[in-house]
Amino acid sequence: MPARRKSGRQTVTFSRPVAVVSAACCAGPLEGEGPLRGSFDIVYPDMLNGEKSWEVTERTMLKDAVLCALGKGNLSRDNIDYLLAGDLLNQCISASFAARDLSLPFLGLYGACSTMAESAGLGAMLIDGGFAQYNVAAVSSHYATSERQYRFPTEYGGQRPPYSQYTVTGAGALLLGHGPSFQGLLPRLTHFTAGQVIDLGQKDPFDMGSAMAPAAADTILRHFSDLSLPPDHYDLVLTGDLALVGHSIVEELLYEGNLVLKDRLQDCGLLVFDRTQQNVFAGGSGCGCSAVVLCGHIMELFKQAKLNRLLFVGTGALLSPTTFQQGESIPCVAHAIALELCDDRFVE
Amino acid sequence: MSKQSKAAQRQQKQQKDYQKLVARKRTKIPLFRNIVVAFLVGGFISVVGQALMFLFVHLGYPEEQAGDPTVATLILIASLLTGLGVWDVIGQFAGAGAGVPVTGFANSIVSSALEFKREGLVLGVGARMFQLAGPIIVYGAVTAFVVGVAHAVFR
Repeated sequence: MPARRKSGRQTVTFSRPVAVVSAACCAGPLEGEGPLRGSFDIVYPDMLNGEKSWEVTERTMLKDAVLCALGKGNLSRDNIDYLLAGDLLNQCISASFAARDLSLPFLGLYGACSTMAESAGLGAMLIDGGFAQYNVAAVSSHYATSERQYRFPTEYGGQRPPYSQYTVTGAGALLLGHGPSFQGLLPRLTHFTAGQVIDLGQKDPFDMGSAMAPAAADTILRHFSDLSLPPDHYDLVLTGDLALVGHSIVEELLYEGNLVLKDRLQDCGLLVFDRTQQNVFAGGSGCGCSAVVLCGHIMELFKQAKLNRLLFVGTGALLSPTTFQQGESIPCVAHAIALELCDDRFVE
Repeated sequence: MSKQSKAAQRQQKQQKDYQKLVARKRTKIPLFRNIVVAFLVGGFISVVGQALMFLFVHLGYPEEQAGDPTVATLILIASLLTGLGVWDVIGQFAGAGAGVPVTGFANSIVSSALEFKREGLVLGVGARMFQLAGPIIVYGAVTAFVVGVAHAVFR
């Protein structure tokens, strides 16, 4: 049987757009002082938040985000079919340890910082395929846990280059539901484009933006060509965490691919912090970066009907400390989900 | 030419073009500013060291032995500032100026010890304390050995 809901090479079109029933996000102190401070459900007063280690703090954030999303959607844990979650830490410990406490059927995912888009896209596929009615897609990242895993101890006094990025401390959760069960105007997932892993030979682990930009451009171009969309179809094409350098590169790569988005192209890594006031170098990064922007700020824009169509492109650098120490380049992936503020409808 | 090597060539060209694009777009490291600041801060730390040395001589240490308490004091200061969460700020500001003197060495050990204390005293602090300082010790010892042998042979 051919794949009926597949459009083009990499994109799927959901037959009933999958409803985003609710969304929730938690953020750390620095994010809580940033330009999006009003959009977070929970802001933690400090990086440890009274836990015994940063790892515990990160998984607590993830759990808080999931429970908060369930609360906002008026659903209990018994309603949820799958929790699709991931994070940046080895063996995805934040997601799996949070899932232990949440007692939900759990599918752990690793797409580095693209995991928010990946989990939401897969969650929507499960719902549209009739395998689930409600799914939660959730991710987390924490500045201190990823620093110690990928780079140096947090108190180490090395000098970081200006193009490096600051890992966002935060978690986000999207509660997805079967479209027909939710009538009325809601942000709904209409398409999902799974990206290819792209590697153009970048090796500097401090410069993730340059490494990820080609993957982002590839997925965006693929999405537009798979669905034959005009450049102004989306009000906003939002990349995950390319930050200053990657954002300007992706703009150029899209231009080369004959897709000019101008102000319609933005990046979560640049939105979540104020680079002129906060010491974050080129901008934010991490799973939490795209998650807190999507689940907070963007969902608010949808609620106020200031945004109609969004292409959310999670971008992930799939490196590990081992691979870059062994001199290998950084493979990257980008996944895209299309969200539209619309009523339930049947697409054929 | 075989199909495969053509594809490899194309990929190489694509990567090269991309390197050029990245080089153009990437925020430049302010090299001149970094060098000047490193010189000034490194110099300042050395001046503080010299002042401490004079102090220890004044307190009665023989001149050739006054270096030891001086280094110990600088290590103490850098370790304290690391523990108080100040040193990483100084390091970001001054770069090699803060890193090259003994203060940077102290910071690399204390920051690692702090970072991994949650993994316990043996597998955490004990095993990881020298993860950044280890290479300096190893290659310091190797260099000293080579120079020592050369000195003995060519004297």
